[in-house]
Amino acid sequence: MTHYRSPAVRRYVIRLAILLTLYLVSLFIAVKLFRSGAVTGVPAYALAIAPALPVIGVFWAVMRLLVEEPDEFIRLLHVRQSLFATGFCLSVMTVWEFLQNFDLVAPGNGGFGAAFFWFVGLGFGAIYNRLTVGTAGACY
Amino acid sequence: MENRLRVLRAERNWSQQDLAERLGVSRQSVNAIETGKYDPSLPLAFRIAELFERSIEDVFVSPSRHTSKAI
Repeated sequence: MTHYRSPAVRRYVIRLAILLTLYLVSLFIAVKLFRSGAVTGVPAYALAIAPALPVIGVFWAVMRLLVEEPDEFIRLLHVRQSLFATGFCLSVMTVWEFLQNFDLVAPGNGGFGAAFFWFVGLGFGAIYNRLTVGTAGACY
Repeated sequence: MENRLRVLRAERNWSQQDLAERLGVSRQSVNAIETGKYDPSLPLAFRIAELFERSIEDVFVSPSRHTSKAI
């Protein structure tokens, strides 16, 4: 069986690789500088936000994939996967918020923010597609 | 949407991959359309009908006459 991979998916994979590399590099630099106490004031804000920018870039890359994918059925699978991820993420964060409101879990997120759960949701979205349509589509 | 894609494909001895390549879509798309899990857009339906040199009605069964299982 030939695995479908359109030019749009190839572009997405390249963008993802670049953005994840930028994320790891910026996170490494930010953690190192904050631990050394070398950054304060406005530069500290810029440094703290730096690792978030590649993550936002990944959201952009996913949306570009939805726009650029030429195969209408595969595009539909991507859209379903993204909507599933959005619903999953919002549900988890809403439950977590109420647990925190009633002091049943500790404040903060321990490093597992909305983006983490959205990406986990993409994985579950692929399983959802597999179960309901019979295919998860292309590599995502 | 019910259709005669499998029959038309078999008449030409084409695999799903062969048909997918002729249409410029994925094999998953052909499989989903063939099994009635996905209703193609009108432009793609026209492309399929033109490839088999048939009218759309000869390839696809009107949904108003049959219950559709498509997503």
